Order: sequence, then structure tokens, then C-alpha cells
Amino acid sequence: MAASTLPVTNGHSAGDDTVIDCEINELFYGRFKAARDIALKIKRGTVTAFIGPSGCGKSTALRCLNRMNDLVRGFRFKGHVKFRGKDIYASDVDPVSVRRNIGMVFQQPNPFAMSIFRNVAFGLRLNGYKGKVEDKVEQALRQAALWDEVKDIQHSSGLSLSGGQQQRLCIARAVATQPSVLLMDEPCSALDPIATHRIEELIKELKKDYTIAIVTHNLQQAKRVADMTAFLYVDKSQGGRTGYMVEYGPTEAIFENPQEEHTKEYIRGEFS
Amino acid sequence: MASLSEIRKAVQDEVDLPSLERSLRRPRTLFSAMMSFTTGAATLAAMFPLFSVLYLLIKRGSAAINLAAFSELPPAAMMTGGGFGNAIVGTLVIVIIATVISIPVGIFGAIYIAEFGPETKTAAAVRFSAKVLTGLPSIIAGVFAFATVVILTGGFSAPAGGVALSLLMIPTILLTAEEAIKRVPARMREAAIGMGATPSQVVSQIIVPTAAPGILTGIMLAIARAAGETAPLLFTSLFSDFWASGTAPYFLPKTIDDLMKPTASLAVLIYNFSGSPFDNQVAMAWAAALTLVVIVLLTNIAGQVLSRRSAG
Amino acid sequence: MTPANAVVVETVPHAETPEEISRPPTTFEVLRDRLFRRATLAVAWFTVLLVFLLVGRIGWVALPQIQAYGLKFLIGTTWDVNREQFGILPAIFGTLYSSLLGLAIGTFFGLAIAIFLSEGFLATGLDGIISYLGLGENRLWSVLPARLEDLLRLIIELLAAIPSVVYGLWGIFVVIPYIRPPANWLHAHLGWIPIFSTGLSGPGLFPASVVLAIMVLPTISAISRDALVGVPPKIREAAYGIGATRWEAILAIFIPTAASGIFGAVILGFGRALGETMALAMLAGNANVISTSLFSPANTLAALLANHFPEADRIEVGALMYAALVLLTITLVVNIFGTIILQRADATLKGLR
Repeated sequence: MAASTLPVTNGHSAGDDTVIDCEINELFYGRFKAARDIALKIKRGTVTAFIGPSGCGKSTALRCLNRMNDLVRGFRFKGHVKFRGKDIYASDVDPVSVRRNIGMVFQQPNPFAMSIFRNVAFGLRLNGYKGKVEDKVEQALRQAALWDEVKDIQHSSGLSLSGGQQQRLCIARAVATQPSVLLMDEPCSALDPIATHRIEELIKELKKDYTIAIVTHNLQQAKRVADMTAFLYVDKSQGGRTGYMVEYGPTEAIFENPQEEHTKEYIRGEFS
Repeated sequence: MASLSEIRKAVQDEVDLPSLERSLRRPRTLFSAMMSFTTGAATLAAMFPLFSVLYLLIKRGSAAINLAAFSELPPAAMMTGGGFGNAIVGTLVIVIIATVISIPVGIFGAIYIAEFGPETKTAAAVRFSAKVLTGLPSIIAGVFAFATVVILTGGFSAPAGGVALSLLMIPTILLTAEEAIKRVPARMREAAIGMGATPSQVVSQIIVPTAAPGILTGIMLAIARAAGETAPLLFTSLFSDFWASGTAPYFLPKTIDDLMKPTASLAVLIYNFSGSPFDNQVAMAWAAALTLVVIVLLTNIAGQVLSRRSAG
Repeated sequence: MTPANAVVVETVPHAETPEEISRPPTTFEVLRDRLFRRATLAVAWFTVLLVFLLVGRIGWVALPQIQAYGLKFLIGTTWDVNREQFGILPAIFGTLYSSLLGLAIGTFFGLAIAIFLSEGFLATGLDGIISYLGLGENRLWSVLPARLEDLLRLIIELLAAIPSVVYGLWGIFVVIPYIRPPANWLHAHLGWIPIFSTGLSGPGLFPASVVLAIMVLPTISAISRDALVGVPPKIREAAYGIGATRWEAILAIFIPTAASGIFGAVILGFGRALGETMALAMLAGNANVISTSLFSPANTLAALLANHFPEADRIEVGALMYAALVLLTITLVVNIFGTIILQRADATLKGLR
């Protein structure tokens, strides 16, 4: 069974501006229903934030977008995730090719046990990049606002950097291959406030070139960087804990004028 | 004013002083002290053989150690001089053959049970078999290699010895490599998968290189053990009093024929000469034993040091 | 003026249509991935197959002799090549006797060492001295107990690293000469007791068992130590909380908790002892004798194989294969038993946590 290739143009697809059309009807890990009724469309060049209390399914939803949930045993999913019009969960799609187009930055910085240079070059080598790798590495490190700090030590280990630097290294690694979409799963929660601030500034710059989806438990962060915000909440009504989407819209609207009760309570900070 | 004894009596009535005294005359603590002493003494006693062996080897072996010992052929009875050069080369050749066989088998097997199919029944069977095989008697490894390689190729050879040793090395390499691979942080694996690496690429470009020090430890410990084994070689590679090759430099085997014949090894030389009635050969046995133990202990220590460093 | 902690982000001008870097895996990469995964599976299966291959191949070559001698082989007591009479009962007896004796001695020491190195005796003993000397704050001195424990563990591991044939040499030149005088004294004065019924002239069962004990104690010590260290902290706290002394805690609580792990260690040590070849070949005497005397020469299956194989003719090889099959079966059964026990012990400890 040949895996079909996704439309790989990193650039501007003619017409429709929607990069991701995500509809999660039901999502199970084994018999545990982890999420339901999450639907949103992400436009090119925007930052979309997923916010909500713990256990509301925000990370789960994010990981659906690049099929990282496939790694969890017993994962079952009803719905679709269309990346430029093509459903990435179609039976003839190879998840490996999906992940080459969509970059991910994780909660814990996770550079590889190799030099800074080879970390950033990893994606380039993986995709058989034929051009000058050093230039692309520099470009990526500049985009991640790390170049000035590491340009003279590119061959020292990625693990020797501080937490905030490691996370920027992971961002550089993710953007080196210029993916269309960048997913960020609570990228700042393991970092101190100064490192957090730097990365938020970074996200605002990266928005010019990448479409970004970010999960965060920090409301101020969502307010600062996101164009669109999805608020998720936990449904405990049937004895389980199932996440679902309560409200989705422009960040300003969600924060200034939330429609739903739960949203209002969360924004007002009545629970974390 | 109350007398001292009256005060003492008053205090004693309130508090049972003797029972609070920690005295060695009390059975509980005496027992404790005796047991502690016994275990400590046992530990010290157990270390004695190591030092005794080393002392004996140095005392009896160093006399015959000289350049000639490493470069000449085994002496005939009552001949002066001679050495065990061919045995050193032979051990090297046989161990290299064993290593070349066991590294791919051990690592590929470890990759399957640690990465591709960790929860499968196959993996459980592999782990169980490997653990059982770690206890395989070394003589049986030799018997098996005899029943396969020697019988099928029609003669004794270095590869036969190599196959026998590899049976002893594979379980160790496999199990230590599995441990090393499992120690690679899960988040590194996740990062590689997130970048769109195929499972093989995740393993070959991230997991194995990161686990390399631990894997190397397993290999070194396996080599150290294999180099010292005698029983598996007794009737697989047998022994030889000559160099492997017919052309200069004689100590370097160059053709397949050079390998497919009885090959000398340090372990077998020690065994053969240890029972010899001739002093010069017994002296050779000691010198060879000293050499072998130095090689084996150094490799073993290096492997253990590497392991403490990479696990820490 | 940019504030001190502002991020300076350099944007690189993008072309109108940025070049494509990401591409899906090529067909070659996909095939290579599949091939690699299949190869690892194949090798995994091979390792399992190996156990069956061992029994199968050796059994196959031994088949003619198994059919010829049948079970008489197991109870025969002579090994005579000329008259084609082969029997391994003395070897089986010697194997079991020497292994059990070596195991007993080895377990005593192995367990003692495991306890010593897992319960922090060094720390207790040395910490007192170190703080008395006022060196408690010094970084070098304060890690001394832990370093010393590491060193001791290394030394015990090295015991296992010494080649068997070297232990044989050592046995001949150190152990036997030291044991001979007391052995002969025991024989002279207490010879009516069966275990002292013969004198020790050279090789014998007891010296061989002593060396065997030294060779198996590292295994027993290492696995037992793992079992003891694996006792959950909760149980440790509970034990000391009710006021047990250290040894009461060890004997009454820790050892029973770690019991199956220790038992597994002993079984595996037994398996090692059964298969040990060279030291026994050099120290046991290779005499096909069945005697309860500690100082009598004896024979073991492994030593039998080592001594006869190199110069055996086809008929004798067949008989030796049969003997090898017997040894393989015994050690496999013991090792399988020990491995199962250890796996259960592991699971129990995990449950207790």
C-alpha cells in the first residue's frame, strides 16, 4: 500500500486560507473517552491558543494535528483532521510524512544528545536537503533568537545549554525545515519567567512565517500571543473525564466578551 | 538535706535507668554487633582470593614475562625460552570472530525488544531465553559448536571457537543493550518521531548513538569473559604450536585457510601446560596466566567504569 | 534603545515561494525501514530458537548413543572406551555433590556480602569515625563510605571475572596445599565419619567445592543485593519505626521481603555451579568414584567432557554428546526455574511499591 503524499507546498496554496480543519467527534484511549466535540479551523499565519483547566484535552487535541497520538496504545479517533484539504487520518496516509510537514515543540525541552549544530541540522538531513546546511542552520537559529548566543559554540552539546536556551534550540530544530505548521505544547511551562517572555516574543515574530497552534495553561500568555483562542473544559457528567470545546473565537472576543458560563468563570480565574 | 543515695533511689523509682542503658551486655545489641562483625568479616574474607590469585600470578608469572614470551612459539619439553605469541594472536582472532558474530545479533535483538516490540510475547520470550542462556555452561557452548561447525566443516578451526564464544557473549550483549536503550529518555524519542523520522531512523540516528556508551559496556564485559574461557575452545579451536600463516608476517592470518585450522589460545595453553611435568612449560603457563588475567581484568574494569559513568 | 531583556529576533527575508525542504520518506527509505524492522524481529526469533537449537542439535548427534545405551547410561559407573562401556552416574553424583557444597559455602558468603553492602554498614561505621575526626564537612571524606562500597562491589565483581582456568591453577598451588594438612588430620582422627573417610592426596571434592564457592558467590551476592536494595522504602521506615534494631529489621523483615529474589539468586548460582568446567577439571581429580568423603577425588559431567572430548573417537564422541545432553538438560531446568522465580520476585516487589 503506497502512502500518499500530502500536498507539500510550504508556500501559499491558492484560494482557501484554511491550513487545518480539525473536527474531533470522539477520541478514546482504550475505553477511556478522552475528548469529544472539538471543531475548529486554523487559518494560515495565525496563532491559535488552546486553553482550559487540566485534563480538558488541550494537549490531546493538539497531538491529533500531527498524529502523535498514534503512539498511545488503544488510541481511537472519530472525526477528521484536514491538512490543506487532505484528511491526515485517511488510511493511505503515512503518519511519518504528516510529521515532516508539521513541527512540534514539547513541554520539556528535548534536544538530542548531540551538538547544537547537528540538532538543528537533523531535520534537514532527514529530508535529504541538498543545499548548504550551515546556512539553513544559521537561519533557523536566528529565527529562534539563539544565533548570537551559540554561534561560536555550535559544536558543543545541545544538552549543555540552559533550559530556556534548550527550548529555543528545539524551536530552531523544528523551524529548520520550514514546516507549514508549528505545534507548541505548553512550551514555557518548564521555564522561568524571563525565558518565557523571550519565547513569547519569539512566537510573535515566528507568526510572520508560520502558522502556530499553542497549548497553554497561562491565560496571560494566550492573551499576549494568540489571534484565535479555543477554550476547552472537562465533562465529568458521565463519571469520566472527557474534554470538550466550549468556545472558539478571536482572542479578544473570548477574553473581553465570553459567551459561555464556563468560559466566563475560567477567564475570571475561579479555577485554574 | 537528702543523701545522694536517697536522691538516686527517688530517680530510679521514676525512671527505669538500666533499661535505657545501651550496654553490650544486653543480648539484643550483642547479637547485632556479632552479626555485623560476621558480615563484615565475610566480605573481607571473600576479597582475599582475588588478591591471593593476583599475588600468585605476579610471583610466578613475572619471571618468564619478557619480549620473547610475546613473540615466540610455545616451547617443547625442556626447551629454554619460547613464548606464547601465537596464543595471544589466536585469542585475539577467535575473540574478534566471536565479537563480529555477537554484536549484530545482540544489538538487533535488543532493538527489537526495547523499541519495536517491547510488549509483545516475542519480546518476553527473547528476554526469558537470553536470561536462561546467560547460565549456559561454557563447555556446552563448545559441544554445540563442535556438533555444528566442526562436524560440518570437517575440522577444528578458529571460527568454530568463535561460534562457541559468541553463544556466551550474545545474551550479555543483548540484555545490557536493552537496558541501555531503555535508558534513553522518552522525550528524545518523542522529538525524533515528531520530526517525521521513520522508526528505523529514530533508532539508528538517535536511540542507538545515545545508548552507545551503555551498549559498549555490555560488549566489553562480554569480551572480557569470552577471552578467558577455556572449555569452549578445547575441542573447537583446539590448539596449535605454530603461527597461523605460512607467509610473512607469520603471526598475521591472511587467508581463510589460515583461519580454518586448529588455533592456539592463551586459555587452552594455560590448561595444557599447567599439567605438564616440565618446568619450562609450567613457567609458560604462569606467564600466560598473568597476561590473560591482566587483559581480562583491565577490559572488565574499563567496562564497569564506563557503565558507572554512563548510568550516572 | 532596546530594553535589556528584549529579544532580538532577526528575520530572514522569505522568498515569495519558500523552497520546499520537507518531503515525505522516499520509497527507498520506506523499504529500508520495513527491512530493518523485519531484520530485528528475525534476530529476536533467532535468539529464542537458539535454546531449541542447542537441545536439538546435541540431541540429534547423541541419538545413536541414546538408542544404544538408553537409560543404563545414567546409572552406569564405568567409562571404558575400549570396552565401549559408558556410564555417568559418578559424574552426576560428583556434579551434584560439588555444586551443592560449593553453593552452600557460596551462599553463606554471598548473602553476607549482599547484606553488608546493601544495609549501609560501612556508612554507619565510618561516619562515626569521620565526624569524630572532624572531617564530616569535608566533601572528600564524607563520600568515602559510598566510594568504599563501590570499590568493594567492584572487587567482588572482579572475582567473577577471573578465568576459570586461572582459578584451577590457584587451586592446585594454593588451596590444595593449605587444605591438605587439616584434611588429613580430620581423616586421621575422625575418619569414621563418612565425610572424612578418605585422606586428601591431591585433587579432591572439597578443594574443588571451595573454589567453586568463590566462583558463584559474586552471582549470588549481586542478585541478592539487588533484591535487598529493592525492598521498598515504606517497609524500611515501618521496620525502624516500630523500634527494631538494624539486625532485627534485616532478619525479620528485609530478608523475608527479598526472599524470592534471594532464592532466585541461589538457584541461578546453583546453575552456574553445575556448569562450571575448568576449575573442577583441574581440582576434582577426574576419578569415576562415588564417595561421600569430602576429600575423595571425584568427577563432574563438565570435567568429564573437558577431559575426554579432545581425543575422543566417534563412538566416544557419541557417548560424550549424550552426557552433554544430560548436563544441558539439568542446567536448563535449573536456570529456567531460577529465572521464573526472579521474574516473579521482581513483579512482587513492584506490587509492594
